[in-house]
Amino acid sequence: MKPSRLPSLGFVYYLGIALLLYLPILLLVIFSFNNSTVLVFPLKGFTLKWYGQLSQNGELLQAVRNSLLIGLGSSAVATLLGAMGALAVVRYKLPGQGLFTAVSALPLVIPYVILGVSLLLLYREIGIPLSAPAAGLGHVIISTPYALLIIASRLVGFPDNLEEAAMDLGTSYWGALLRITLPICSPALLAAFMLCFTISFDEYSISSFLVGTDNTLPVYLYSQLRFPARLPIVVALAAILMVLTILVMVISEWLRRVGQTPARKVEPL
Amino acid sequence: MTDFAVELRQVNKTFVSGRGAAAESVAAIRDMNLGIPPGTFFTLLGPSGCGKTTTLRLIAGFEFPTTGEVLIQGRPMSKVPPNRRPVNTVFQNYALFPHLDVAHNVAFGLEIKRVPRPERDRMVQEALEMVRLPHAGNRKPSQLSGGQQQRIALARALVNRPAVLLLDEPLGALDLKLRKAMQLELKQIQKQVGITFIYVTHDQEEALTMSDEIAVMNNGVIQQMGGPVTLYTKPANRFVADFIGESNFVQGTVVAVSDGQATVAMGAERATVEHGDVDLTPGQTITFIIRPEKLLLFAPDQAPAGAISGTVREVVYIGTDTRYLLALASGESIVARVQNGCQSEMAFHSPGDEVRIFWQPEDARALAG
Repeated sequence: MKPSRLPSLGFVYYLGIALLLYLPILLLVIFSFNNSTVLVFPLKGFTLKWYGQLSQNGELLQAVRNSLLIGLGSSAVATLLGAMGALAVVRYKLPGQGLFTAVSALPLVIPYVILGVSLLLLYREIGIPLSAPAAGLGHVIISTPYALLIIASRLVGFPDNLEEAAMDLGTSYWGALLRITLPICSPALLAAFMLCFTISFDEYSISSFLVGTDNTLPVYLYSQLRFPARLPIVVALAAILMVLTILVMVISEWLRRVGQTPARKVEPL
Repeated sequence: MTDFAVELRQVNKTFVSGRGAAAESVAAIRDMNLGIPPGTFFTLLGPSGCGKTTTLRLIAGFEFPTTGEVLIQGRPMSKVPPNRRPVNTVFQNYALFPHLDVAHNVAFGLEIKRVPRPERDRMVQEALEMVRLPHAGNRKPSQLSGGQQQRIALARALVNRPAVLLLDEPLGALDLKLRKAMQLELKQIQKQVGITFIYVTHDQEEALTMSDEIAVMNNGVIQQMGGPVTLYTKPANRFVADFIGESNFVQGTVVAVSDGQATVAMGAERATVEHGDVDLTPGQTITFIIRPEKLLLFAPDQAPAGAISGTVREVVYIGTDTRYLLALASGESIVARVQNGCQSEMAFHSPGDEVRIFWQPEDARALAG
C-alpha cells in the first residue's frame, strides 16, 4: 500500500485544538486595531486610538498598578514559602510529611470562589480591612503550591548530600544553602516567581471579594463590560496582557529547563 | 591523652524507625570501641546495613552518638559540627557541586578558610596534578566521566589537608578494571600524603588490597580488627571466616588437647587442628575452618599420615586453579582449590575417585562459639 497523501488523523486533531485555543486570541488582537466600537466583521480600518485612550484612563492605570504590586508582593512571598516547603519535603524525612505535602497542595484543588468567600469571612472575623494587601494574601495561598512544586522538582534532580558536602568542606548549614542550594535552584526560583506573578495578575475571583476599593486589573475590566462603548479599550488591554503573559510563561518555562538536562558528551582529557 | 587520630569510646547509635505505636529504635552501632593510629589506611568492612557508613558519618559529624564519645586527635567531638572538624569526606556519589567548575569545586574548602588567591590557585593545581587531571580545572563536573569525577572528589577533600580523610565506598560506581587501578592509586596517594584514611567498603578484596588495618563489622558490632594477613589466616569467628575469602567449615569432636593444637575425631578418623586461644575440652563438638587452597589431595596409596578420606564429587577447571567438591566420610562437603602447576596433571582426580585429604595442622583453626 502506498503512503496516504491525506494528512493523518493526529495532525487534523492537533490543528483543530490549536485553532480552538489560539483563534480567539488572534481575533482579540485583530479587533484591538479595528476602527469601530462593535466587534463584528468586516473590519472598519486600522487604528491605534484604543491604545491611545488606554494610556489616558487614570482609573485603569491605577488598577494596573494595584495588580502589579499585588502580583510582585504575593509572588515574592509565595516563592520564599515554596522554597522553604520544597527544602523540607525533598531534603528531610519528617514525621507527617505525607500530610504536609497533601495540605500544601490543597489550594490547587479548592475553587477560587470558595477560597475568596472563606477569606472574606475570615478577614471580617479577625478585622483585616479589605484592600490590595488583603487580596495579595489570598494570592499567596493559591500560588505557593505551584512555587513548591516547581522548586521541589528542581531540587530532586540533584544529589541530596550537596549541602552535607559543603558543610564537610567548612561552611555552616546556612552557608551551604547560600553557596550551593540557592545557586542550583535559582532558575527554579525565578520560574516559580514568574508563574506566581501570572497567576496573581489575572486572578479574578479572590480579588473581587477581597480588594475593597483597590481594584485590580481583572476586577476593573469586568466592571467595564457594562459599558459597550469602552469595550474596544478593554480589548486592547486584553491584547497587551495576553502578549505579556505568553512572554512571561515562555521565559519561565525556558528558565525551568536551564541545566535540567546536563547530559553532555564526555570528552577525553 | 591518646595517640589516636580517631577514637570511638563506647559508642552507641540508635535510629527510630516507623511512627506512632509502631515506632521502634534500631541499633545501628553497639558499644563500639575503636582506635585508629595516625597515618594508617583503615578500612571498615562489612555487608550493607552493618553500620559501617553510620560509623563514618559519626566521625564526619553528620550524625551524633546516642551514647558514648567520638574523639578526633584526642579532642571530644560531641559538640563540634561537621564544618569545624579536621576531617573531609569523599562521598559515594561524589557530591560535586554541579554549578561550579572543577577548579572552584576543589577550591571550595580553601575559599571558606580564606586562603589567599595565589596560594589557593597553587594548591588547587597541585591537588589536580596529584589525581592526574591537571587540565580539568575549567570543566563542569557533568563533562567528566565517573572515574574522573571520583578523582576530583578526592582532590576536593585532600586539598584541605585534613587530619583524617573519610571515604564512603568511593569506588562503588566504577567498573572493575578502573576500580582495580584506583585501589592501587588510592593506596599510593595515602602513602604519599601520610593522612589517615578511613575507608568504608563491602568488598573484602578491596579491603585486603589497600588496608593497613581492617575492622570487620556485622550488625553494628566490630567482629574482628587486624591486618589483612591476620584476618585471613586467623579469623576470630565464623562471620569473619565466611566474609573474608572462602572457607570450609568442618565439624568434629575434640579427643585430646595439647600445646596449641587439638586432635579432633571425625567418625573413625583423626585430624589435627590449631585452637589458638580458644578453650577446648575433650568430648566437645567444635567447628574448625580450612581455606580451600590449604588442602592437598592424594591418591589413597600415596597419602601421608594424618590425611582423611573423601570422595570427589565435582571437578571444576578455572584456569589457574582446579576446584574439587569433596564429600567427607561424615557426609559433609568441602571445597579444595588446587593450583594448576606443572605437576598438577599427575594429581588430577576425577568425579567418583577416592582421595586422601591432607592439611598442615596450623592451617586448620578451631572457631570460638
